[in-house]
Amino acid sequence: MSAQPEPGPTGVIHDIGYRNYDGPRYGRQQIARALFWHSLRGVYGLGRSGRSKVLPMLLLGVMCVPAFIIAVIANVGAIGLDDLPAPYTRYAVMTQGVLTIFLAAQAPQSVSRDLRFKTIPLYFSRPLERVDYVGAKFAALTVALFALLAIPLLIMYIGALLAEFPVGEHTADVALALVGALVFAAVFAGIGLVIASMTARRGFGVAGIITVFALSFAAVSSLQGIVGEIEGDMTAAGWIGLFSPVTLVDGFQVWVLGASSSAVAGPPGAAGGVAFVLATFGVIAGCWALLMLRYRKVFAS
Amino acid sequence: MNATVVGLTGRALFGGRRVLLLLTMSLVLVALASVLRLTVGVDHEVTADFLGSVAIGALVPLFGLIVGTGVISPEIDDGSIVYLLSKPLPRPTIVLSKLVVAVSATVVFATVPTFVAGVVMSGGTGQIALGYAAAALVASVAYSAIFLLLAVVTKHAVVYGLAYALIWEGLIGGYVPGARTLSVQQWALSVTESVARPGTVSSDVALGTALVLLVVATVAATWYAGRRLRVLTLATED
Repeated sequence: MSAQPEPGPTGVIHDIGYRNYDGPRYGRQQIARALFWHSLRGVYGLGRSGRSKVLPMLLLGVMCVPAFIIAVIANVGAIGLDDLPAPYTRYAVMTQGVLTIFLAAQAPQSVSRDLRFKTIPLYFSRPLERVDYVGAKFAALTVALFALLAIPLLIMYIGALLAEFPVGEHTADVALALVGALVFAAVFAGIGLVIASMTARRGFGVAGIITVFALSFAAVSSLQGIVGEIEGDMTAAGWIGLFSPVTLVDGFQVWVLGASSSAVAGPPGAAGGVAFVLATFGVIAGCWALLMLRYRKVFAS
Repeated sequence: MNATVVGLTGRALFGGRRVLLLLTMSLVLVALASVLRLTVGVDHEVTADFLGSVAIGALVPLFGLIVGTGVISPEIDDGSIVYLLSKPLPRPTIVLSKLVVAVSATVVFATVPTFVAGVVMSGGTGQIALGYAAAALVASVAYSAIFLLLAVVTKHAVVYGLAYALIWEGLIGGYVPGARTLSVQQWALSVTESVARPGTVSSDVALGTALVLLVVATVAATWYAGRRLRVLTLATED
């Protein structure tokens, strides 16, 4: 009885000459930076299909039209103005409807799609920390909204320079307005991202953001009008302004940047001013904390 | 109208988290009205101002927007509308069934709270509450039909609908009087004007014109939505 011959090897791994990757491997910072640029371009539809560029570009155009008209009016000699017909710092409040639509359309685009198509687990399988993802998305949307506000402001500024208004004064004014625009952008981006990150459905995010901004602004304006003008209690009317993002940042501008208020009533007195500033930073910090909490665990389902 | 489609749409609309959002909005309106009643007291001017700008100006359009697009948008978005469209049902019937759900949801969550808020603030005096509730009712129907059409036509229905509500009715209507003639809000306010005590509210549109325009807008939007649904192409996510 002889032993069966050993069965020969049935499978072999051949070295067919694939090379290992030995180039540079970029770390966390590079990934976060790439995600930031990708998100920022995505907000304006750059690098995406033509259809996704229509809406953001249209809204950017709509944002610029009033600024352009203001700049033209300033330059028509016959009217003989010696200042812009509208101050820089009020521009954001004047156009807040467009700003809200832009945010509602683009914030869910930025984060909900990652949840819906389950790309989030892929991101976090790279050396990318939670703080990098949240930071990149937050920064990208803030910069995008800031650009949406800054471009019309610069159009107005150029208009003012062409009309030979005092240069120093206008440079200082536009610089302050740009600071205000940055705060507007951060508050809007924060609230928008928190709402959008709750849901994987784009439509739901859009509806949620619109509801929060439009309803709170309508309610606050109406209450301020009733309490301030019909009842004559401007202090209470000022405090109500804390409850809508638009009037909140408007109050911040009034107190910190010395702007004229666009709401019915500005922040009441010194205590009110401090409260508006604290609330503004509180909202930004709170949104950051909520986003960090949201991405602590990302469901694979 | 088809009972099964109505049932399915109703369950999709009220089953998820969307109903919580809707409920919160209604409660906020009633809560604000109660706060005003307690702090300001009974003041018919305040009631008219508050209901006009918050209820008719913001709540009803937002509801029409969320509900009108909400009854069909998610299905078009995720492609499951094909299962409904492949059934032997006339497309206008599908649109009509969905419209019925949208209108009843808007009536429950926007018209009733408007009436309650009006009663809380002014009681039955001058039929202010009734006037605004009537306006909310007709506006609900018109907004639902228009935004349902938008949802069939475009994927960005909520955004374009909002652009209409905020920019056309709010911004342009504020400066250009002619724009007010073509605004659901003004048509609705014209109904309030005729129901409520004279002098409470004024609208730029005569009642007859307003009613004709409301009916025309609603019927035309529903008819065209049915037409568009027959040639619907499912867009891919970009």
